[in-house]
Amino acid sequence: MVSAIASASGTPTTSIRPFALSGRAKIGCVIGLLYVVYACSQLDVTWARFSAGLSHAGNFLGRMFPPNFDRHALLIKGLGESLEIAVLASVLGIALALPLGLFGARNLMPTWVSWPARAMVALCRALHPVIVAILFVKAVGFGALAGILALTVASIGFIGKLFTEAIEEISLKQVEAVRSTGASFASLIIFAVMPQVFARFIGFCTYQFDSNLRNSTMVGIVGAGGIGGTLFSAFQRFDYDFVAAILLTIITLIMLGEVLANIIRRIFIDNVSVGDLFKGQAHQNTTRKMTSLR
Amino acid sequence: MTVRQQKQKQRLKATKVTTGLRIRGLVKAYRPGHSVLKGIDLDILGQEVTAIIGPSGTGKSTLLRCINRLVEPSEGQIVLSTSDGEIDMTQVRGLALRRARRNIGMVFQEYNLVERLTVMENLLTGRLGFMSAWSAWFRNFRQSDIDQAYRFLDTVGLADFAGQRADALSGGQRQRVGIARALMQTPAVLLADEPTSSLDPKTSSEIMELLTEQARAQQIPVVINMHDVELAKRYATRLIGMSDGKVVYDGAGSGLDHGMLKTIYGGESWLVP
Repeated sequence: MVSAIASASGTPTTSIRPFALSGRAKIGCVIGLLYVVYACSQLDVTWARFSAGLSHAGNFLGRMFPPNFDRHALLIKGLGESLEIAVLASVLGIALALPLGLFGARNLMPTWVSWPARAMVALCRALHPVIVAILFVKAVGFGALAGILALTVASIGFIGKLFTEAIEEISLKQVEAVRSTGASFASLIIFAVMPQVFARFIGFCTYQFDSNLRNSTMVGIVGAGGIGGTLFSAFQRFDYDFVAAILLTIITLIMLGEVLANIIRRIFIDNVSVGDLFKGQAHQNTTRKMTSLR
Repeated sequence: MTVRQQKQKQRLKATKVTTGLRIRGLVKAYRPGHSVLKGIDLDILGQEVTAIIGPSGTGKSTLLRCINRLVEPSEGQIVLSTSDGEIDMTQVRGLALRRARRNIGMVFQEYNLVERLTVMENLLTGRLGFMSAWSAWFRNFRQSDIDQAYRFLDTVGLADFAGQRADALSGGQRQRVGIARALMQTPAVLLADEPTSSLDPKTSSEIMELLTEQARAQQIPVVINMHDVELAKRYATRLIGMSDGKVVYDGAGSGLDHGMLKTIYGGESWLVP
């Protein structure tokens, strides 16, 4: 190569291909491909099985329609419990994640504070909410309490980590200026740190509420309360028309949650007043598109 | 006239004679053995406007930051005289340090306003040292502080901008807010760390004018780090030349000839004959 460049008063004698794969990368690709084939053979993933499965699926879907809303009392009770689990877990999780996230920020806290806080948050994130829910069912027994605790842990893990990261990305110049006025540490947090992270924090919270709402319909499957339990027993009894009714209701609930989260975000982040939210929908839709393009 | 206003008036009278800084043998080494400041002795008193000039990296910013302890000095003494007595800035810590900092206003090169707060809120952060965190959390500012903030906004020519967010302002406007924020502390000394380096020439002289005006109006000394020698000569009553962590010139702008500038900055090709 050196000689090619050195002799390149005219055109180089040897051409260098851009993006050429090295020998090692090629071998890596081949090994990856071989593993995919091996995994398929191990798990009996064949076309025959797949086509047979499709006809079963058709049969199953056929039995789901029309959805059966006869047991709506049971449905509403389960759904209400799920909603309560989601709200309580979000409130509790956010309240605990706020201080933990702040303590974890290495730019504001000494190591002996930030390290345990970060370890705590990492621990909360280590296990999937379903596994945590099973643990809590074993610990505190069947019911909504186990679900609330499981989703609180998940919320602490998610919001705690993102909040810490948001604080670590703030501009320290603004903090320095407020510190030089003689402000106490607490005032510093309120006036120099919070304004810089507040909008993002609201974003994390609405996202987590959305996520908790979805997960609260699921923890019931392992006995931690909510509509999940009802759904699971409906499956077990092959009441597929009731299953369809439950699924449709869950989808509606999640959609409503999404709308609510959007409203909260627009009040806190875009500074839209509550009155304006319900006026001039068409106009707002266009501004929303504009902001999403930016 | 309320008791508070009387007190303030008394304090202003008192500041006439007392406020200022006495720096003795100030040394700062970020790494052991590599001093940035190599023994600074300075007295800054009265209502004078002092400009510190010198090449980049010679410790001008470090000197100012040692005074309000944004940087920890390694050796030496910095005595701040206020109407309430003398404070050795190198000895205080914790609550006493925060109390002491209230007496020192600071203006920054990049303004360092809290971008997402309004102009008014930024001004009121100048009062945070005087209130509890509890009051700060509920935005419970004294009416007298709010009135004072409006007066200062008027002084810096931004009376109509109180409700605007700081990130909506231009550079010159931001620096005016920065100065007003520092004045809100009713400081005994005002420090400005290259307040004009990010601004155009016209705005720069406006900011310098504002700073010198306020030195007189508040009857406090103002210390300004700067790069623009001509601007410094125009506005400062006293110039301090720093080179390699030491004070090499201290006197009026008129005494700053080519020979002296060569000593401060080194080289001479940049000097206009």
